[in-house]
Amino acid sequence: MIVSFELNGKDVHVETSSDRRAVDLLREDLGLAGTKESCGNGDCGACSILVDDKARLSCLTLAAQLQGRKVVTIEGVCGEDGRLHPVQKAFIESGALQCGYCTPGMVIAVIDLLNSNPSPSRNEIREAISGNLCRCGAYQKILDAVEEVVKDSKKEAS
Amino acid sequence: MSNRPANIGSTLLRPDALLKVKGEARFSTDFYEKGHVWAGVKRAGRPHAILKNIDYSEAIKLPGVIAVLTHKDVGGTNRQGVIKKDQPVLVEDRIRHCGDAVAIVLSDTRRSMEEAIRAIKLEVEPLPAVTDPRLSLKDDAALVHEKNEDRNILLGGAITVGKGRAAEAECDEIIEATFETQRQEHAYLETENGWARLDDQGRLEIVCSTQTPFRDRSEIAEALGLDLKNVRIIVPYVGGAFGGKDGITVQTLLALSAMHAAGRPVKMWWSREESFIASVKRHPSILRYRLGAKRDGTLHFLDVDITMDTGPYDHLGGVVLALAMEHSGGPYRIPNGVVDGRCVYTNNPISGAFRGFGVTQVSSGIERAMDLLAVKIGMDPLELRLKNALRAGDRNFVGKTLTTSTGITECLETLASHPLWTQRSFWKRNAGILKKRGVGISAIVHGSGYGPIVPDYANAKIELTGEGKFRVYCGVVDMGQGNSTANVQIVSSILNQPANDIELVLPDTERTLPSGSASASRCTYTFGNALISAAKIMKERLCRKAADLMMKKDPQEFSTTPITIRHLPTGSEIPLKVIANMMDSSERIVTAYFRAPVAEDLVTGDYNLRLHGMPHNLFSYAANLACVELDEITGKVTVENYATASDCGNVLNPQLYEQQIQGGAIQGLGLALYEDFVAVEGHVTTKDFSTYLTPTSMDAPDIESIAMGIYETTGPFGSKGIGEIATNGPLPAIANAIFDATGHMLEKSPITPESVLTALTEISKE
Repeated sequence: MIVSFELNGKDVHVETSSDRRAVDLLREDLGLAGTKESCGNGDCGACSILVDDKARLSCLTLAAQLQGRKVVTIEGVCGEDGRLHPVQKAFIESGALQCGYCTPGMVIAVIDLLNSNPSPSRNEIREAISGNLCRCGAYQKILDAVEEVVKDSKKEAS
Repeated sequence: MSNRPANIGSTLLRPDALLKVKGEARFSTDFYEKGHVWAGVKRAGRPHAILKNIDYSEAIKLPGVIAVLTHKDVGGTNRQGVIKKDQPVLVEDRIRHCGDAVAIVLSDTRRSMEEAIRAIKLEVEPLPAVTDPRLSLKDDAALVHEKNEDRNILLGGAITVGKGRAAEAECDEIIEATFETQRQEHAYLETENGWARLDDQGRLEIVCSTQTPFRDRSEIAEALGLDLKNVRIIVPYVGGAFGGKDGITVQTLLALSAMHAAGRPVKMWWSREESFIASVKRHPSILRYRLGAKRDGTLHFLDVDITMDTGPYDHLGGVVLALAMEHSGGPYRIPNGVVDGRCVYTNNPISGAFRGFGVTQVSSGIERAMDLLAVKIGMDPLELRLKNALRAGDRNFVGKTLTTSTGITECLETLASHPLWTQRSFWKRNAGILKKRGVGISAIVHGSGYGPIVPDYANAKIELTGEGKFRVYCGVVDMGQGNSTANVQIVSSILNQPANDIELVLPDTERTLPSGSASASRCTYTFGNALISAAKIMKERLCRKAADLMMKKDPQEFSTTPITIRHLPTGSEIPLKVIANMMDSSERIVTAYFRAPVAEDLVTGDYNLRLHGMPHNLFSYAANLACVELDEITGKVTVENYATASDCGNVLNPQLYEQQIQGGAIQGLGLALYEDFVAVEGHVTTKDFSTYLTPTSMDAPDIESIAMGIYETTGPFGSKGIGEIATNGPLPAIANAIFDATGHMLEKSPITPESVLTALTEISKE
């Protein structure tokens, strides 16, 4: 079938089988290898992408489910001018990553959180990213990074 | 990234972070090409059997399948292993664990590859599986390797210290306990994978996720019968390793696949389940401790017996055992005793290198023994540790004289004055209803490097590019720990160049130089020392060149500054780019070699123990404190606070230091409370993250990581290894905190809610 959806701000039409996993479609067919696969089972969150602004697991999403949706992968998180998203910037500055394999999924999970809750508490951040495993154990600095984003956005607002 | 020269001791943000947050960092998983081949492995699926026949007649007929390869297609020794080459690339006639690789399928698509793997039929004659290391030692146990010299013992050894067992009678108090630690899975998020191609000149190029590119190259060549110079290994960003990629995973299988793919590139990428079944784990261990002291708390005697389950192959099991034996007495002066250890073959999953490397296991033994002893002699556990803490010039338990910085006393003193310690009684009293609280500590020592015999060296290389910038060739892998950032920092600070102008070349056996494995807490110590030399030679060479150009006699009057070389007395400058263009390309490259100093102490006459690393010369130290709360209804353990004070030398980069300490502690927390890789009669039952539980953001407490900042004179800018020390602290600190709360020392890990409930029930019975 041909699946049509918006991908990182552009319309795409791609010939694929309806049961192809979104993660394979993105990584192999569309060349967007920034989305990572780690468990293939929905347990780890590494493959998270935004579908209509909500974080979804691309290893459990089939190509047909993307039809007509707005999809953002880690490659589409930067602004149009290539400017880093505040979450990306904060991750760099707080040192919120080590090996970096969970990072794309983690950034997506945080963006999803801030979309629905712009000023989460540290515990709310913990809960929101609890579906994303980081085996390097960078959680503390990830929490720090998200708190920085929240602090900065409050500063801007005032 | 910073546009100014980096300072040592100040945080330089990781250069790789920008690529990683944008999803642009390329891992070996990220290689695809139209028309590439998928290669996958048929696993044995049974723990012990004679393999009589591999029937792939159906598999080969499936559409898309290109080839099925077996041991008959292997041209070399078909053996791999670091010390003892006892693991077949593809099984010939004997299956020794469920994850053994039996055949490889090459196919056009992943789906047809998976189907073909299922269609391969193995004809086997089952053998009794040896899955309990204690039973494996019995005379009637089935042999895992029939030709092994010492039945099922891979490596065994004993060391007697001082008066040995005779000192037991001189003790006023003795405690005895037997601890068991479980099998732990690395669970790096990037499973084992790689990408390989054979060119028309017969050269193999392999891009893969590994900690050991240069060693892999030799292993592949030997196992497959290839010329070393025809094998190239390239290591891009690595998605975690923690010891699990210290050695061959996909490499040889992938190389063999590429040799049968008619020049097409081949991709191999293990699924999570396959990774769990086939990869190495942390050794399960049984540790019997008898610890004795004088009435005043002076340690006098230790008798330790260590049994480790190494699975069917050496991997690095012998080295893990030797390090465990060496560290079995912890960071204390213990003048007399015996340590007896053995690493035992079984048909369980393979055990091997895992961050902490045997020290994690024995630290949990000696540190729990210390708390049992403290209670028995009625002494404060921190005071008992301080009283016996090693100082430079002391001999450690195996008799090695400490000649390098020894900061365990400072670590313990830091905890002693920490509010979490001084106010612990108040905190414990404030436990809520149906909660119990306890505070526990642990003191840790961790050696770094390879030990006295295997040379621990690195070759650093720096190039001045035609653009007048510097390129650093990293021969040691950065699997996430950030050593490549430290490399930028070192070169940037010595040459006074903007950090973001320094280009990194990641490990590549054709471009970078052999520098050993990314393991043993050695990367920044060994490679960093080599790199400092290279940067200094580069600076000297450029200053000399500038002096010649300006017709000045003394190159000392010159210094490098960002993008120029300046004559300090006059202030005149020559751009580096100009100098670069006046130099021959060979002159623009500097290499330097560093070999780590080794222990001269002959602590044992057993050459085998020395070959396997005993003793070490340089040690990091840490004291850790855990505040835990127990739920009396559910048995759930919550670590409310965790603090570490570490002596890892002078800290080059505070942010990287914190990352290592926090990350190591979280893995140690997983070992203490959650992670249990289960194999029942050799069959793995924890096959995914819903049954194998690693800590999530909800489980990980914020960790306070205090650096002692003690300068180590042999270290690069005074630093020592940070990579492993933090992993060893949580299990004993948490167990001791539960002991503090309940009066019961839990001897098995992970410490489950059930075991805590049992301990609490015992109290109510009393």
